[in-house]
Amino acid sequence: MKILIRNGRVVDPASGRDEIADVAVAAGRIVAIGRVPPDFTPERTLLADGCVVAPGLVDLAARLKEPGPGALESELAAAAAGGVTSLVCPPDMDPPLDEPGLVDMLKFRARKLSRCRLFPLGALTHRLAGVELTEMIELTEAGCVGFSQAEYPVKDNLTLMRAMQYASTRGYAVWLRPQDPSLSAGVAASGAVATRLGLSGVPVVSETIALHTILELVRQTSARVHLCRLSSAAGVELVRRAKAEGLPVTADVSINSLHLTDVDIGYFNSDMRLTPPLRQGKDRDALRAGLADGTIDALVSDHTPVGNDDKMLPFGEAVPGATGLELLLSLALKWGTESRLSLAQTLARVTSEPVRVLGEALGSLGQSAGRLVEGGVADICVFDSEAEWQVTPDALRSQGKHTPFDATSSGTRMPGRVRHTLVAGTLAYSAELARSSDATSA
Amino acid sequence: MLARRNPQLNSHGELIHLLSIEGLPRAILTQILDTAGTFLSVNDRDVKKVPLLRGKSVFNLFFENSTRTRTTFEIAAKRLSADVINLDIAKSSASKGESLLDTIANLSAMHADMFVVRHSESGAPYLIARHCAPHVHVVNAGDGRHAHPTQGLLDMYTIRHYKKSFHELTVAIVGDIVHSRVARSDIHALTTLGVPEIRAVGPKTLVPGDLREMGVRVCHDMREGVKDADVIIMLRLQNERMSGAMLPSAGEYFKSYGLTEDMLALARPDAIVMHPGPINRGVEIDSRVADGSHSVILPQVTFGIAVRMAVMSILAGNDA
Amino acid sequence: MTNLLLDAEQLYGELRAGVGRLMTPDTVLVGIWSGGAWLAQRLNADLKTDRPVGTISSTLHRDDFGERGLGAVEATTSLPFEIDGARILLIDDVVASGRTIRAVVNELFDYGRPASVELAVLVDRGGRELPIAPVFAAAKLTLPASQRLSLARGTDGRFTFAVKESA
Repeated sequence: MKILIRNGRVVDPASGRDEIADVAVAAGRIVAIGRVPPDFTPERTLLADGCVVAPGLVDLAARLKEPGPGALESELAAAAAGGVTSLVCPPDMDPPLDEPGLVDMLKFRARKLSRCRLFPLGALTHRLAGVELTEMIELTEAGCVGFSQAEYPVKDNLTLMRAMQYASTRGYAVWLRPQDPSLSAGVAASGAVATRLGLSGVPVVSETIALHTILELVRQTSARVHLCRLSSAAGVELVRRAKAEGLPVTADVSINSLHLTDVDIGYFNSDMRLTPPLRQGKDRDALRAGLADGTIDALVSDHTPVGNDDKMLPFGEAVPGATGLELLLSLALKWGTESRLSLAQTLARVTSEPVRVLGEALGSLGQSAGRLVEGGVADICVFDSEAEWQVTPDALRSQGKHTPFDATSSGTRMPGRVRHTLVAGTLAYSAELARSSDATSA
Repeated sequence: MLARRNPQLNSHGELIHLLSIEGLPRAILTQILDTAGTFLSVNDRDVKKVPLLRGKSVFNLFFENSTRTRTTFEIAAKRLSADVINLDIAKSSASKGESLLDTIANLSAMHADMFVVRHSESGAPYLIARHCAPHVHVVNAGDGRHAHPTQGLLDMYTIRHYKKSFHELTVAIVGDIVHSRVARSDIHALTTLGVPEIRAVGPKTLVPGDLREMGVRVCHDMREGVKDADVIIMLRLQNERMSGAMLPSAGEYFKSYGLTEDMLALARPDAIVMHPGPINRGVEIDSRVADGSHSVILPQVTFGIAVRMAVMSILAGNDA
Repeated sequence: MTNLLLDAEQLYGELRAGVGRLMTPDTVLVGIWSGGAWLAQRLNADLKTDRPVGTISSTLHRDDFGERGLGAVEATTSLPFEIDGARILLIDDVVASGRTIRAVVNELFDYGRPASVELAVLVDRGGRELPIAPVFAAAKLTLPASQRLSLARGTDGRFTFAVKESA
């Protein structure tokens, strides 16, 4: 379909473009930015006055499983509503993504929905049990962009080293959560709050010991490693030094760790039960500074839908995780404004930088994903940066209604509302259509 | 995400749930202690019953076993003429069974007026208070490591009974504080009531540095901890601490942190020795001290019934 | 606001005369907290009974606990004598519905089995809802239901009446 996006403020972090311009889309590609040929007759025109026209968001961590049936449909719809056009999902599906057939099927189902591009991470080991390596070549040919253990440990350092060595043979990236298995059994971050509330703690050394181990193995194997969900100031500093040394590592941080601290647990609010746990103010400050200066490459939603039965439990028993796909843009904008960054710098962390992290794994798509380039893919997010909204269960399309940012009692308003999302030139989400269809189905 | 109203208080600032001592104003603590004094005299009458909770149903929901605590709550409720129903819902990890909230909903349908809850997870009573019917009052009988407010209150009653004023006391709490809900409740109560010097005494594995943020002085040396203390509260040492690599042996623990007569001699001559029970003789406390003239361990039990009667009657008289 | 028609000190004088006529060598005075307790203490001193005087509170047996909650914590019962077989004269400042007296009698029986219990009051304002009757009242009068009447004691020990409009 030919689509014309008129009069929006086109912001492309990769090129530095920030100007009012029309964008013309045809056959799944951007045919023109500004200088739209006069004979371009659109079948649809999207008025983007007062809106930002940005590359579609690229979310490096979103889980698509549970709690109910139809999870793939609802969660990809949530992604589109959040302006996310590409997402990376970890391999801890049910069953885990350790076989090419499972990856094929997942990608097939996602493609049919045309809501969001799906890039799965393959399991690093069979059943994620941490013992036997998976067929990484086969899995990559099926579409995996890297290999991960999700939250599960590898049996021992020998196995981890071997896995990294094997992956690095073909230059595959290994995505690891830096947490020491025996030190990360607690339910909250070690510190004054956990002590006061009587919650078992996860000390910072759980992250730093794991980081030291991983970085040593990177030095040993030259494997390309992506560090998932940093949570501490000490962790940020280790990554900063590793990058300065030239090690092939990248890192991300979740929207939760970027904005919240352990104090937000309040009266044992299970919506704050997360992994990694929320740490202290100085950790949050270091994560924010790290994301701003590039030590941390990408901001992720860490989307994990958890059902009521698994959340309405005492804090220590609740399943960790929170919904996030629909909050990624707003929380990125909030952080960017508070950190006094330009819109382009802010958006880079959820568009061009995540694409750079994925690197060669994206193939030719990598040339234009996360950017707005003439001739490139038309993955676009049109949003109103001034509009505000409140996060309530009704406002979310995801089946996961639990989020620390629930505004039902706090009334907090978030900046940024998605108006339209295009994936491969198709309208995957449109706020007007959504409103009218909600009205008719009501 | 920030401060909501304290779920223990209604919009008039009256107590409707007792979940933790933390966050309760001094006036409410004092009210409970004063009221407990009234109920102490009830225990001396021929008829040890008053009709304040007559017709009310008090459900003891013990998700974690404890015959001692459950019995004192039962006695307290019966002395107030309440109907008491005991539910020992032992948690088995093999069969999850009914969810916590489903259990609460079912019991609310049976017209419960008060839940006395003990649970192994910190924060469980808050979840229950958030989801039970509005007129139901929740009393926390111990949640994980977090709080044991009635124990904290009866400890304060005991201190006030023997020492009269809180304002010039030195109180030492000795033992496994990091795992102790009693210690946390004691610390909150002591700070709220204005005790100037509170010491947390024990090895680093059991007394972590960030306890300081609760307003206590951390002492890893027992002699320093009990020196000139007016009140010494001894905590029970559980066997799990040895198997969890926190302590080598009960014997070594007793040598450094056990309350012997020699250690007690370092405290004030009129110091009182307290213990929430049950005591491990020869592990945290010497028999001679437990049975000696400074020990007020048995009176604590008597005060405990009166304090629980006070808590229940204050709650029952307040609307949500 | 004091009702000038009610002179508490004058009525106390009449109460003292009436109670004096009721007293036997065994009678013990028990005052109902708070106004009755003040009266009983002063009566006990003025009549030179050389017996201890008791104070009793209705707190633990009131029938309005559900609405009012526990009352003032200072209202406590103190009965420094044997209740079994005692001849008790309850003293209160005002009797109206009789519910306070009912609660106080229940409280008394928690301590033992008295031989007899009688009631003397300063003011009987009527409006009885229970079969309770004082053997002596210094004054009988009617007040609007919205007005609460209670005894106040000055720092010099003199009694006055306080009349409050209830909400």
